Amino acid sequence: MTAELLLASLQLSTPEVILALGAMALLMIGVFSGERSATTVTGLAVALLIIAGLMLVMKSPEGIAFGGAFVSDPFARFMKILTLIGSITALVMTVGHARSQQLDRFEFPVLIVLATLGMLLMISANDLLSLYLALELQSLALYVVAAINRDSVRSTEAGLKYFVLGALSSGMLLYGMSLVYGFTGHTNFEQIAAALSAEGRSLGLVFGLVFVLAGLAFKISAVPFHMWTPDVYEGAPTPVTAFFAAAPKVAAMAMLVRIVIDAFEPVVADWQQIIVFISIASMLLGSFAAIGQKNIKRLMAYSSIGHMGYALVGLAAGSMAGVRGVALYMLIYMVMTLGTFACILAMRRREGGNVESIDDLAGLSTTNPFMASVLTVMMFSLAGIPPLAGFFAKYFVFMAAIEADLYALAIIGVLSSVVGAYYYLRLVKVMWFDPATDEFARTPGELKLVFGLAGLFVAGYVLIGGPIGEAAEAAARTFF
Amino acid sequence: MEIGISHYLTVSAILFTLGVFGIFINRKNVIVILMSIELILLAVNINMVAFSAFLNDIVGQVFALFILTVAAAEAAIGLAILVVFYRNRGSIAVEDVNVMKG
Repeated sequence: MTAELLLASLQLSTPEVILALGAMALLMIGVFSGERSATTVTGLAVALLIIAGLMLVMKSPEGIAFGGAFVSDPFARFMKILTLIGSITALVMTVGHARSQQLDRFEFPVLIVLATLGMLLMISANDLLSLYLALELQSLALYVVAAINRDSVRSTEAGLKYFVLGALSSGMLLYGMSLVYGFTGHTNFEQIAAALSAEGRSLGLVFGLVFVLAGLAFKISAVPFHMWTPDVYEGAPTPVTAFFAAAPKVAAMAMLVRIVIDAFEPVVADWQQIIVFISIASMLLGSFAAIGQKNIKRLMAYSSIGHMGYALVGLAAGSMAGVRGVALYMLIYMVMTLGTFACILAMRRREGGNVESIDDLAGLSTTNPFMASVLTVMMFSLAGIPPLAGFFAKYFVFMAAIEADLYALAIIGVLSSVVGAYYYLRLVKVMWFDPATDEFARTPGELKLVFGLAGLFVAGYVLIGGPIGEAAEAAARTFF
Repeated sequence: MEIGISHYLTVSAILFTLGVFGIFINRKNVIVILMSIELILLAVNINMVAFSAFLNDIVGQVFALFILTVAAAEAAIGLAILVVFYRNRGSIAVEDVNVMKG
């Protein structure tokens, strides 16, 4: 009986099991074949992630496993596929930079695989305990990855800041979880929801809810818990920043959606206020603080804070349209971010290595027209200009907010996206109208592939948006 | 006087607050921040065990054991990052963690 239960659970979590065993095997391969195995291990790690992704696409049984701690449903599947795409792309983008950024260690791909495993488990977590453990698996791997360039002051400082603030956020999340557990008597999401609708909410539970949301807001870098983002983005090696900006955000947002829509569904009025507040604050800060930035990685950090705010607009609506908007937003945000970071990684001088200043992009339209066009498309899309993908992402979340009568939220969102357009367009101006300084070194093939594909997706979203929208809708229907 | 659940919760809330203040007010040493983090996690553990005893439910105690394990792993990684930072910067004073302004 127990063996059968275990077997059924393992079947539901096959991709995760594959990643867990694969990560250990990769570690062994790395250890036994010595320092020069980094390229092999990276290749194998990408293959492993692709296998896990294919398993999710091909067949993904639905149900609850491990005594209610793990759930496999269409929403989890959608978000997991996004996360895997983000991880795979980020790993592929590191290949050309491994030597210059000191990422040519076999530990790096292993840590990425472990972090990805943590994210998949986070997305599927259906219990406070499994949620916490998955989150820590992801975070502990990410702290090390941020400090992976261990001879650089900036990288280690980024790692240290990320660690301290990340550990603080885990502490707040846990404190909230302990209160939620104490005042409902359960850790399983369905049981928490059942207890809440039966007994109503108490003051202790509201405290717990606030702490849980604060801890999760840290992980998606929403205001007022965003202060680590610019420093970590700037200090970490650029391929690592590209990874940080994509996959962990998707996973953390999926986790936030599941916990508020599933576990705290009966107290929707309470969490809605909090989400509305952090959404407005993130959108405004993301728009205004980015204006003065000179470093393009810092600019992308503020941009990602702002985009998390827009995605939360959909969540604040708390409806099926809202969750669909969030799922779509995360998909489009991830593609735009990866495309932009592929361009940032391509900003490399023949001598002197990578550069990160916005002024270094001056005159890119004459020296590298292809990259300049793609980056322009990305910037227009990040600003939300139709008919690019970024416009549709914003359109769906704002529509959901209006349907839920959150007019003020939608209006503030639109206004702050107007402010945000200023700094995206400034980048475009620098590329097309400023005199050229110096050419960049030849762009490696894999970066061209990534930003080419991302540009194609963003520009052609009008044509392919239908089936993607349906997939997001199927994912959102899980909860309603 | 009977010691009830509220006493445990008060102690744990005080410890938690001390931990959070230790992180933000402390201007001396990063090691103190690591200690504050441990304090926060132990405050949570008191909460968990107290609720577990109060509710007659074993889950809270299991949760507390997991938190202890993860806290150990977290401390190990934190100290490791601190060591590489010290090698590069030659100091672990909080005011020296300032190469990037944020």
